Amino acid sequence: MNFFARFAQNRGALVGLIILTTIILMAITAPLFFPESPWRMLQRPFLTPFEVDGFPMGTDTMGRNVAAGLMHGAWVSLLIGLVSTTVALLIGLPLGAIAGYYGGLLDDALMRFTEFFQTIPSFALAIVLVAIMQPSVTSIVLAIALVSWPPVARLVRAEFMSLRNREYVEAARLVGQGNTTIILRQILPNAMSPIIVLASLMVATAILLESSLSFLGLGDPNVMSWGYMIGAARTVIRQAWWLSFFPGLAILLTVLALNLVGEGLDDALNPKLSRERS
Amino acid sequence: MNKGNHVTSTTDTPLLSLQDLTIALPKGADRAYAVENLSYDVLRGEILCVVGESGSGKSMAANAIMGLLPEGVRPVGGKAMFAGQDLLSITEKQHRKLRGLRIGMIFQEPMTALNPLMRVGAQINEVFEAHSQLNRAERGAKALELLKEVGLPDPEKAIRAYPFQLSGGQRQRVMIAMALALEPELLIADEPTTALDVTTQAQILDLIIDLQKRHGMAVMFITHDFGVVAEIATRVCVMRHGQIIELGQAKEVLANPQHEYTRSLIEAIPSNIVPEARGAETDTLLLDVKGLNKVFRSNGGLFKPAREVRALDDVSFSLAKGETIGIVGESGSGKSTLGRCIVRLETPDSGTMSLSGTDFMQLNGESLRRQRKRVQMIFQDPYASLNPRTRVGMAIAQGPIANGVPKQKALVQADDLLELVGLANTANRFPHEFSGGQRQRIGIARALALEPELIVADEAVSALDVSIQAQILKLLEDLKQKLSLSLLFITHDLRVAAQICDHIIVMQHGCIVEQGPARDVFLAPQQAYTRQLLEAIPGRPEATEAASRQRGYK
Repeated sequence: MNFFARFAQNRGALVGLIILTTIILMAITAPLFFPESPWRMLQRPFLTPFEVDGFPMGTDTMGRNVAAGLMHGAWVSLLIGLVSTTVALLIGLPLGAIAGYYGGLLDDALMRFTEFFQTIPSFALAIVLVAIMQPSVTSIVLAIALVSWPPVARLVRAEFMSLRNREYVEAARLVGQGNTTIILRQILPNAMSPIIVLASLMVATAILLESSLSFLGLGDPNVMSWGYMIGAARTVIRQAWWLSFFPGLAILLTVLALNLVGEGLDDALNPKLSRERS
Repeated sequence: MNKGNHVTSTTDTPLLSLQDLTIALPKGADRAYAVENLSYDVLRGEILCVVGESGSGKSMAANAIMGLLPEGVRPVGGKAMFAGQDLLSITEKQHRKLRGLRIGMIFQEPMTALNPLMRVGAQINEVFEAHSQLNRAERGAKALELLKEVGLPDPEKAIRAYPFQLSGGQRQRVMIAMALALEPELLIADEPTTALDVTTQAQILDLIIDLQKRHGMAVMFITHDFGVVAEIATRVCVMRHGQIIELGQAKEVLANPQHEYTRSLIEAIPSNIVPEARGAETDTLLLDVKGLNKVFRSNGGLFKPAREVRALDDVSFSLAKGETIGIVGESGSGKSTLGRCIVRLETPDSGTMSLSGTDFMQLNGESLRRQRKRVQMIFQDPYASLNPRTRVGMAIAQGPIANGVPKQKALVQADDLLELVGLANTANRFPHEFSGGQRQRIGIARALALEPELIVADEAVSALDVSIQAQILKLLEDLKQKLSLSLLFITHDLRVAAQICDHIIVMQHGCIVEQGPARDVFLAPQQAYTRQLLEAIPGRPEATEAASRQRGYK
């Protein structure tokens, strides 16, 4: 059975993958459907969905097209989720690998450093970081990455600690492979499965974090994002439910899809559950 | 030792009767049925040995009887009649009443079969509780009595001990006590001695025979070792690929096996015949080990003192070029530590080890890394010693590449090495596509890739089935001739060591007890401990005689 067949055995994962693909397509095709900037005011405010042709989700308090905002926002959400997760992996992976592989004092030092970040409430830290650096896509990505790398480091360290004494690693040491080669060629490939699963869930968390920041008005003022849309609509939630409902639904579906995919990856990558690899 | 069939005459109806039992494996397994049309009886008062190599389905029938089949595996045909009921069709609730009360079971791994957080006494009491028998005080008394019966030293203390405070053999005794608690009519023992040392194994086998006689119960004993069969079986059932190959009285099967496969299994038992001393070795000294010491220390906690285990105690020996030395001992004797010190996976506390003049113990860091290729190791577990994500050709080539050989050239070399160990054109496969024996061949090829001066084989054949074990030993023997290898062969099995080694070193508690030419140590041991090790080998002399006889027929 190949990798995809194992993945597809989990129905939920398949559903998640379909939702995720749809959202990615939305993000890519947004400029085709709505070539105008999502910030432009096109109609009178508070149009309900389907009231006027071309505005399937109505307009917001300023007369902007909600459907356009939703599709352009998908791009921002996915971008921030992916980039910040990549940055977090770039910090957490090497730290965890070095701590887990070498152990001893180095491990102690790196882990205390990690704990320093873990003791600060992550959302508060993210707010402070964005506020100091001025809200922009870059600062948001950095802030999210800085608060989300510690779990990566911990996971990678745990994997490395259990893998570093395997016989095949000892065999590699015996044939004279250096530490860097052993880390990259022998241990890392075997530690990838849980890291990939964690990464898919981190993308979901990052999207939520970005939305929360935008909701509080700390989003990039130049890009439309789902969090901003909900935040701007919260004062009128009783008059115009659709303004918060559609972006909220979009966040819910994206995060759910990512979680489902993560779970599917876990099943497909976990050698204990598959008979093929033992 | 063999009881013959006089006990079986007490009754004609079998206690347990398997009729055409067929168990289906889930889709994607290597065959459709774990066992197919399996029929055998277990008679009252007999010991039936079910023998087969790994994957033969020998444990599946036992699991079906106990209702302990793994998920996805289910019986699809046949019956398992026990006391008038078909065990395959009764409900889980009815099954639970039988388990423990009328059918007891002992597992292979005494380390994992006991709950680590419960005292031994409480675990035995649970058996009575599960079947609501006896009151509290009676249970305690009965548990103590059971522990006495299975021969645990100091049962009053053992009853309050946690499993980790007992040795493997003692835990297996506790398991037996639990299985016997309610005096079952049938005891199923699934490889109960495989994880134990030879001397402990001999004691447990004696205990099972003794209890079987005293209680008159039937025992279904699952094993892969014909030596054990010779020791205890009344009747024997040989299985292969889920089918019965041969079924009959143990004596007859051992003396006169009808089937080719049975013959090959008996033949695979290393025999008593020790090859003549081979004069192949030269006088050039290759390895000289002097005064090696290694102590493992565990940090003590607040309430427990630090523990020290002396793994190596002033060990000295030397090995000439082209010579094979066997290091034999039970688990905990320090033999593996010695091997790991010599390849420098562990650093000894003191002592010297010179390899053709270089003092290996002085090397460190980068200089050690460059010298490592001179001593290589073959690991015990063929499943753990190959990186599951690396193609085997690459796994072999990695060594030469790390030592500066160009990648292309190293890969070509790897191909040649694979051919040498009998696995031509397999370089592009992943380890999971190979069987255990094949993986061990890959491990040997990897060790050879660097053309080392010395190879340390740490229990290299212990994890393999007997027939595969014989093949690997043959391969090592061939390679020794072809490449004039120097080998340090670490094993717990004196018979295996006697087959392949020129010299044998017997270790106990980190010290060398006896050393000498293999023939002398095996045929005329000087020390009591060596004699004890030899006597504990199951099936001596019956099985080994049978094995020698088989070879004679050829």
